[in-house]
Amino acid sequence: MEVNKITLFGGYGKDGLPEKVSEFSMEVGDIVSIVGPTGCGKTTLINDIELFASHNTPSGRRVEINGAPVPEDFIFDPSNHPIALISQHTNFLSDLPVEEFLSIHATVRGAADVESVITETLNFANELTGEAIMRDIAMTELSGGQTRSLLIADAVVIGNSPIILLDEIENAGIHRTKALELLKTYNKIFVFVTHDPCIALMSDFRIVMKNGAMQQMITTRQEEKKVAGKMKQIDDMMLDFRQIIRSGEELTESIFIENYKVLTF
Amino acid sequence: MKLVIIAGPPTCGKTTVIRQVLKRMSARQIKTAYVKIDVLYADDDTIIAKEFGIPVKKVYSGELCPDHCNVMVLDEAVEWAEKCGASYLFVETAGLCLRCSPYVENSLGIVVLEATSGMNLPRKIGPMLTLADISVITKIDLISQAEREVFRYRVLESAKKITVVESNALYGIGIDPIVKQILKTPEVEFPMYLRGNPPVGTCTICVGKKEIGAKNHFGVLRTLEQELFYVGE
Repeated sequence: MEVNKITLFGGYGKDGLPEKVSEFSMEVGDIVSIVGPTGCGKTTLINDIELFASHNTPSGRRVEINGAPVPEDFIFDPSNHPIALISQHTNFLSDLPVEEFLSIHATVRGAADVESVITETLNFANELTGEAIMRDIAMTELSGGQTRSLLIADAVVIGNSPIILLDEIENAGIHRTKALELLKTYNKIFVFVTHDPCIALMSDFRIVMKNGAMQQMITTRQEEKKVAGKMKQIDDMMLDFRQIIRSGEELTESIFIENYKVLTF
Repeated sequence: MKLVIIAGPPTCGKTTVIRQVLKRMSARQIKTAYVKIDVLYADDDTIIAKEFGIPVKKVYSGELCPDHCNVMVLDEAVEWAEKCGASYLFVETAGLCLRCSPYVENSLGIVVLEATSGMNLPRKIGPMLTLADISVITKIDLISQAEREVFRYRVLESAKKITVVESNALYGIGIDPIVKQILKTPEVEFPMYLRGNPPVGTCTICVGKKEIGAKNHFGVLRTLEQELFYVGE
């Protein structure tokens, strides 16, 4: 099924009152963030999207695809599911080697050239991780960051899902702005649940949540996009510092000032 | 009488699936009965009796394999359920080596597997999976979507015609398709027959010999290097 547009109709917050945002739509190419304090219902919101809620979840929300209700048996076979949800899981329970797992998954998803799809997936994942993922290592042996990187790469490349929901990718110790740049090269709908201002401002719009309800929908204006660029510089600086410390060097005052100076406007 | 036999490894969620199914059967005002066959201990029968107020029976197989026990008692269990006025009998069996298959012809066989149990499980368990009608995969919320797809593939690789139902039984997600199949089950016919032959039962270990090594036994034997052979009358 070709997915061009997905629409979410609001339900009710924890207080039983209708949500202030009564509906919003996402189209292919859109990047959307869901923001708000912990416990405000962000994960529930993306779960509703993944389940194609139809007044049958506690929130009372409803989802439409391409402007029409979703057929009942649509989600029966997970390999036909147009939505990939990257949850906050940071470990695999599958005991297969990485290559065999990816090979089966690519076959299930009907890849024409399994080998090249595996290579693309691993290249994608390895752009995001510190240490590269080896083909013959067991899935269960991957670190938290490697696991999340592989989950994202798998959903994008092998799953080829038109809609990808990502729950707090900033927690996984992966290169998140790199992830965002890479993801943008694929023509999909991306929804980020995030606490990260960089990710939020690099989105086309964001949904602000509180007390289980969607409160506001804010389109990222030009000014904020400029701020996002500056924040990315700060972020890159922090990543450089992280790299220095990770590689066992000392972060001296002169290195700090040299990097910091670039940011002074 | 319609018969539903539920098998699966220990702690895979059989009872949780059954409770969700019974909840839906009760809501449709269908009369059910429940038999639990286990080795040493089970309290599911009292929990289910209390929750649904239906007739329940517990069978401890003790020295017998629960699947072996199932063959011995199933005809009387069906008669008992009939006397209780039930139109569906649910039999939950624990299995021991999990290489057997407790399913009977003209019944519905359900195997419950947990998604977290490793990708090779579907290849290991044989007829318990291949002779079942439905494979319910539980605990899907604990693994990623990619792993769900690969696990499903491994199930279908072993049992090509099986209906795979993914379920998060704790929250009752994925139970409705199971109920749909249960309602389509044919009436059980007498005499009842097993769908498949269990592994060979001429076994000196079953009759109490504890010595290690093929030379101490008779019947169907094997050694480390030699395939099956027979020693005896």
